[in-house]
Amino acid sequence: MRVNISQKKVRDAFVAKVEELSGQKILACYQCGKCSAGCPAVSEMDILPNQVIRYVQLGLKDELLKSEACWVCASCLTCNARCPKGIKIAEVMEAVRQVLLRKRKDRVQIPKLTDKQKEEVPPIALIGSFRKYTS
Amino acid sequence: MKISYYPGCTLKSSAKNFEDSALCALEKLGLEVDELGRWNCCGTVFSLAADDLIHHVAPVRNLILSKEAKAEAMMTLCAMCYNTLKRTNERVKKSPDDRETINRFMDAEGLAYNGDVKVLHLLELLRDEIKFENVAKKVVKPLAGLKVASYYGCLLVRPKDIGLDDVENPQVLENLTRALGATAVDFPHKTECCASYQTVDNPGVVAERTFQILTSARNAGAEVVSVSCPLCAFNLDNRQVQVVERHPDFKKIPVVYFTQLLGMALGCPEEALRFDLHDVDPKPVLREKGWL
Repeated sequence: MRVNISQKKVRDAFVAKVEELSGQKILACYQCGKCSAGCPAVSEMDILPNQVIRYVQLGLKDELLKSEACWVCASCLTCNARCPKGIKIAEVMEAVRQVLLRKRKDRVQIPKLTDKQKEEVPPIALIGSFRKYTS
Repeated sequence: MKISYYPGCTLKSSAKNFEDSALCALEKLGLEVDELGRWNCCGTVFSLAADDLIHHVAPVRNLILSKEAKAEAMMTLCAMCYNTLKRTNERVKKSPDDRETINRFMDAEGLAYNGDVKVLHLLELLRDEIKFENVAKKVVKPLAGLKVASYYGCLLVRPKDIGLDDVENPQVLENLTRALGATAVDFPHKTECCASYQTVDNPGVVAERTFQILTSARNAGAEVVSVSCPLCAFNLDNRQVQVVERHPDFKKIPVVYFTQLLGMALGCPEEALRFDLHDVDPKPVLREKGWL
């Protein structure tokens, strides 16, 4: 991917918002990739956890908000446990989801779920899904 | 120690086998717990966004109820409840500002919360209060020869300051397994995520994860997999149907709660163990050993 780096993007309000919501200093990441190495969900991700951080560092807002990665992350916190810089990558994923959800861009449309989908799973699955995927 | 018991929604619905077997085992061990009279949802997932305080209101209300019941500790069985309640507890304990804001929503309760309830998982009570050697003494039906792989998932061990054991290589379930006379089988996927709530809208992802986790347990020699989370239990047990569709060579393996093995070893009756509530039937392997 060809990336144009600009001061404007790096200093965009989006970067500050992700830092605020996640409580993380994004520039602390030196891209070692350990988060992606341990993530059990990478096979379903279009960009890897360390790339999510990199996109935020570079202010690549549009590219990141289009990505599937934050929705594939189930906050298992393996990345957080292993980051040598103590960055909470799962919190950054949550921040990206929140940026979208707070604009009412829900991942799961509850009325579209079938009765079978709702009935077969335990209540904690539904509540977890709605908490993570709806605004 | 007076202990309140917080069951959570799933133990009262799809995970009755977890609750019934745990309560029977506790009775056999002589540990008394009182179910909270008026508990509400724990929130299920701990909110990771820094400014999202509203989602900590429900867990704090439960902590207040436990304090009102004058309990020294609140016990949970479900790993999701445990994680959410304990994390929220730690957050309000460490942040007076958050505590004050959340307490403004608690005017219907008799008291404000100051972070002084202890949240414990049953495994911690067994390990630290009762102690496994005393559990072993009460075993009437040793599970000799049963090869058990213990699956922790995420929420019992992560994050590090909340987890009840080592974050990478927990041993508490294996040690309990050995106290019951069974053989603990180690396997590399024991703390790998099962894809959790994605089972609602993306069961295929869960099936693939289940395939990896259970194949790893099977290859390590396990006959059953024991768990402590009702969502892990559902994903690993019920989604084996989809695993077989995707991987026809996959050999199904029963998934049980650790409390069912505990209850069985302590002599609980079959009505309390509820092995009838499983998708992959654990009864044949247990019958083969002569325990049912």
